[in-house]
Formats: sequence, C-alpha cells, structure tokens
Amino acid sequence: MSSSFENKFRASATKLTADLRHRALIRTSLKGYEKNRDEKRAGFQSWELARQAAAETKWEAVNHLDKYLSEFVDNLDRRGSKVFWASTAEDARNYILNLAREKQARTIVKSKTMTSEEIHLNEALAGAGYEVVESDLGEYIVQLRGEVPYHLVFPAMHLTRKEISHLFHEKLGTPETNNPEELTMIARRQMRMKYCQADLGISGANFAVAETGMISITENEGNARLTTSLPRIHVALLGIEKVLPKLSDLALFLPMLAIAGTGQQLTCYNSLMGGPRQPGEADGPEEFHVVLLDNRRTQLLADAEQRDALHCIRCGACLNVCPIFRNVGGQTYGTTYQGPIGSVITPHLRGLEDWKHLSSASSLCGACSEICPVKIELHHHLLHNRRNAAKLEVGRLDRMASGAFAFLVNHPKIFATAAKLGRFFEPLHRIITGSKIDPLLAWTRSREVPVIAKKSFRQYWKSRQK
Amino acid sequence: MSQREEIIGRIKEALRFEAHRPGHTHASSYEARTSSTLREWLPTVPRDHQGQIEAFARNCGELRTRFFRVSDVSDVTDKLLELKNTEDWKLIASHHAPILDAILPSIGLPILFTEDRPTTQEIERADVGITLCDALIAQTGSILVTARSAGGRALSVLPPHHVVIARESQLLPDLPAAFELLQKTYGNDYPSLITFITGPSRTGDIERILVLGAHGPRSLTAFLLPDEIS
Repeated sequence: MSSSFENKFRASATKLTADLRHRALIRTSLKGYEKNRDEKRAGFQSWELARQAAAETKWEAVNHLDKYLSEFVDNLDRRGSKVFWASTAEDARNYILNLAREKQARTIVKSKTMTSEEIHLNEALAGAGYEVVESDLGEYIVQLRGEVPYHLVFPAMHLTRKEISHLFHEKLGTPETNNPEELTMIARRQMRMKYCQADLGISGANFAVAETGMISITENEGNARLTTSLPRIHVALLGIEKVLPKLSDLALFLPMLAIAGTGQQLTCYNSLMGGPRQPGEADGPEEFHVVLLDNRRTQLLADAEQRDALHCIRCGACLNVCPIFRNVGGQTYGTTYQGPIGSVITPHLRGLEDWKHLSSASSLCGACSEICPVKIELHHHLLHNRRNAAKLEVGRLDRMASGAFAFLVNHPKIFATAAKLGRFFEPLHRIITGSKIDPLLAWTRSREVPVIAKKSFRQYWKSRQK
Repeated sequence: MSQREEIIGRIKEALRFEAHRPGHTHASSYEARTSSTLREWLPTVPRDHQGQIEAFARNCGELRTRFFRVSDVSDVTDKLLELKNTEDWKLIASHHAPILDAILPSIGLPILFTEDRPTTQEIERADVGITLCDALIAQTGSILVTARSAGGRALSVLPPHHVVIARESQLLPDLPAAFELLQKTYGNDYPSLITFITGPSRTGDIERILVLGAHGPRSLTAFLLPDEIS
C-alpha cells in the first residue's frame, strides 16, 4: 500500500519532471556553483584526504557524542549561557514559546535554520500571536509565498526574478523591477526596520565546538550576525549531532562546508558565539540560550549501520548533483531535508512506513556519495532503507509476487506452460498495449514490453540435438 | 531524571555497538592531528611574508574587498578623506584604540564610540564603521575580528561600509594559524563573538546572481600598515 506522502510525491514528481522550464532554471542556476566548487576543490592540496579527515573527525564526535556534548554544555554553563535539552520537537517549541512569553517579546527575527523548519517553529510562534520574520533573503521570499524552502542552502532557487518582483509588488507594494540588486535592496530595507525592533533573535548553528562551548554559524548575507547581535535575547536551536571536538577542527570544516555548499573558499561570515555579552564588551545580547534537539536523532544513532548519516553538515552538495533532485525539485520531497540526505534520514526521523518511497526515488548512481565532503555512503544507505522497508508488513504484495515468481521458476513444467500462454497472449496484448484496459499499464505507460522468444531454450536445445 | 540525563542516557545506550570507521584509507589518527597535518591538505600559502601579502591582496581582489597597503598613518587619513568625499560620509562609528585615536580626529566628522553604548538606531545611521582586527588571513582573504578587538558586535556589520586597520605583523598565513592565535590570545576567556569576515556581505538568492550588500556592509576596505617601530 502506498502512503499519502508517496502519492503526493508521485503526483508532484510527475508534474515537475515534465516541466522543462523548471529543469532549465535549476540547470542554469547550478552552473556557476559547479564551476566554482570544482575550482576551489582543486585548490586543496588533497581534497580527498581532507574529506577523509573530515569524516574521521565527525566519526570521533558522533561516536563519543555523550562525552563531547557534555563538554560543550559545561563550557556554555560556565559563561552564563542557558542550555535546554529538548527530547522532542514539542519540548523545543514550548521552551522557545515560553521564553518569548516570559520576556514579553513582540517582534522575533530569525536567521536561516533548517532545524526550526523541522520542528515547525514559525507556525507555533505565529499561532501564539508573535510576528516572526525570516531574515535570510531566500527564506524571506519563501516565507512571503507561504512555501517551504526548496533547497537546504538555496531556499528560493526555483523562482525567477520576475516571480520575486511580482511577490514583492503584491505583498510589500514595491514597484516591479527586473534587477536582482534592487530586489535585494527592498528586502534589506524591510529587514533593517525589523532588526532594530526585534527583542528576540533565533538562529541555528552549523557546528558546536565542545572544547570552547561555542556555536559556529556560516552565512553570506550578514543576517545571522545581525539576528544574533542586536536583539536582547538570542536563542540558538541545534541538533545534538552538530558537535565537533576541537576549535581547530573548524580550520578544515569551514572551508569544506563553503566549497561543497556554495563553491566559495569561505563564505562571507563565519561567526562563533560563546555566550551573552561579556564584561567589557560594547554590545551583544543580555541572554544567550541554546536549545539542543534530539527529536529521534538518538534512534538513528542507535542504528550503527546508518549512524554516519548523523555526520551530515547540511552543505546541500548531494542535492546539487542528484539527478532526481534536479528533475523533481526540492518541494516534491515534502520533507525538511531534501535530496539524497533527506531520503536517507527522513524515514528515521519521521517513520519508515510513510517515507520509504523516497529511497526508491534514486538511480543509485552514487553521485551523492562521491560529492559528500564527510564521505557519507548515501546511496548505500538508500539501499539499506529499501531493505528495511521490504521487511515491513506493508511489502506483502511485493513478497507474494516474488514468491509466485520463485515458485514458477522452480517448477519447469509449469514455467513452460506459462511461457506458452505468454506467447499465445502476446499478439492480443499488442492490440491493447497502452490503452486503459491494458493489465500491464503500470509498466507499458513508460516502457516497452520485452518480446518473448519464439522458441524456448529447451525447444532450441532439443532441435540442435537432432 | 533531568532532560539532560535522559538524553545522555539514550546516547550512551545507542552507542553500545560501534559504527564502522569511514572510508578505505586513513588520513591520520584524530588525536594526533595538528596544524601541520591540516596544512598538508589545505590550499598552499606562500612561505614568505611578501608572498603572503600578495596572496591576501589577490584574494581581496576576487572577493571585492578594497585593500590598501600603506606606509604610514597619514596615508590612511588621506584615503579616508577621499572616501568621505566620494561616499558623502556624515557620521563615523568606531571604538577607542591608540591608532584610531590618531587617525579619526583628522577626518573632521562626528564620531560615535561604541564604548559610550550608542543605540542600535544610532549606529545604523553611521555611514561607516571603522575598526581594528585580530588578524588577516592570507589563505582566504579573511579578516578576523572579535567583540573585544573590533568594538563589539554591531559596529562591523551594521554600517554600510566597514573599514579595517591592520598591522603587517597581524597577517597570518592560514586558518590553522588563526585558530592557534585565538587560543593563544584568549585562552579560557574568549570574547562572546568571533567572526571571520571574508569580503563584503553578499547574496545569490535570486537566480544565483551575485549581489553585494545583502544585510551587512556593501563595502569592505582593509588598510595594511607596517609595524610600529618601537
């Protein structure tokens, strides 16, 4: 049986793969990225050894997560930060909601955080009557459209400047323009007002440094710096898997994240925050809260076979190279995390039964595993998910079909009879192929039916013996 | 049981079985890794000081950071006066430091000092934020600032133009050196914010077309002064 998520996926995928305009837009917008990424990778003395080292660093962190997480939190405590451990999405939402209430926040600015998408934080805050503004340009655009991000790193890459201009015109009353710079300045002006009003800033984190108790945020626009500097309270929301053991590990991870993510040597701003304003500092938030989210990550951690999926640094490189992503588009997945990594982890985070279909939406070409800067064996994990899905009850029909096939090929006489029947019906089937009454329509809609040989191998062998 | 104990408990339980180690080769043992092992993989940087200055300048060119190597403080003042006229500056935001106190008064504009705790709105009205930094990084063209070295957090990100003044001895070859410096300078008392600034603020969120000045400064200017003769 197929879940409603699967049906939605199929419907959207069918529509978008036939949308040539969409495919061309994605192809062109990734062209510059591909060139820059490859150039910058070539600038490394050994990108391959750097990948290996990054993978080993993440292995060390994730396989000693209890130790490093405790170190991270103890260091935060020492410097007057407040840490909240959230087992579930609900725990995390409630903590942030209560904080907003307690501190009487009115305006909330957010910098890009996929983890907040995962726990549906915006909906919860808006439902409680708070104004929440996404400050990253791409996130702001999809927020105005009432959509979910299209891509982990490039949330609005499916939109043309024309569509964005229409959107701004409609929602903000600004004049239409074809100039990306003018469009960016419209968002800049809107956001400046918000920054100065906001009393609560919410961010994510790319890394958490255990050794020093700092979070690290990678960005280009400066919106994360403003979000975490101006409001009097800063809340950072991050998954427990973000930990790195040492500060100096960033010397490797910051450039690798930038190169894999956007094709830059380093992104514009890489900021480390380790607490509220310290004595002697001119400004900064009065309070710094860190919300550590489990939300079934420990279940994935318990699966030693797929544990390395928690090594992911959310660079989005596997999306960019994935032939499925490039054709069906990010929103088709219906998940917080799109592309190959999303297909691998979503069944763990949200249930295999509803999300197993994602692992079948793959050509198993392995481009994702090859590009991954932390060497996650993504396409192997897609196969692991398929195997695990086959073990579920819901695969009964598939199991019956393969049982019937096994029976058939194990009984030569019945097999020969079946082949004869097939040869008899073949010309009749040709008449109805592709029409509504075709019983093989699911196959013939997009594929040719293989022709059955005139003679079976047995018959052929016999005729040779004479 | 506290939430912390609960989650740590679940992690410990989950880690009972070891996961396979990544890859087929071995880069180095994690514990034994140092800056010099990292340097075998990261992009090369010239060994000599002159070469590093050139590498920094080349990176600035690519990033659209304006970079000026100057011979003394009066050169900085001249250049700032020029910028004041072309960009029509009316208000400067900065912080106190001997070298800034030597330069700023000759520009002849009102100055906000972050030590006086101006409001966000006041800093937002400034045309330029002028700061010192902790280091420059040749490998990436980055400028390393902290809440302590550069007058807090807002000063280097809120005004539309950020000007940085650095000494030649502050130029470091690469990222591992930058993290070593942070550890040496701050030890166990880190500033609440550390930022690597690599070019002026930018976005590519509209059709992946590069636009400068998304939310942070549209312009970034770096001055490199020779070291003080003591």
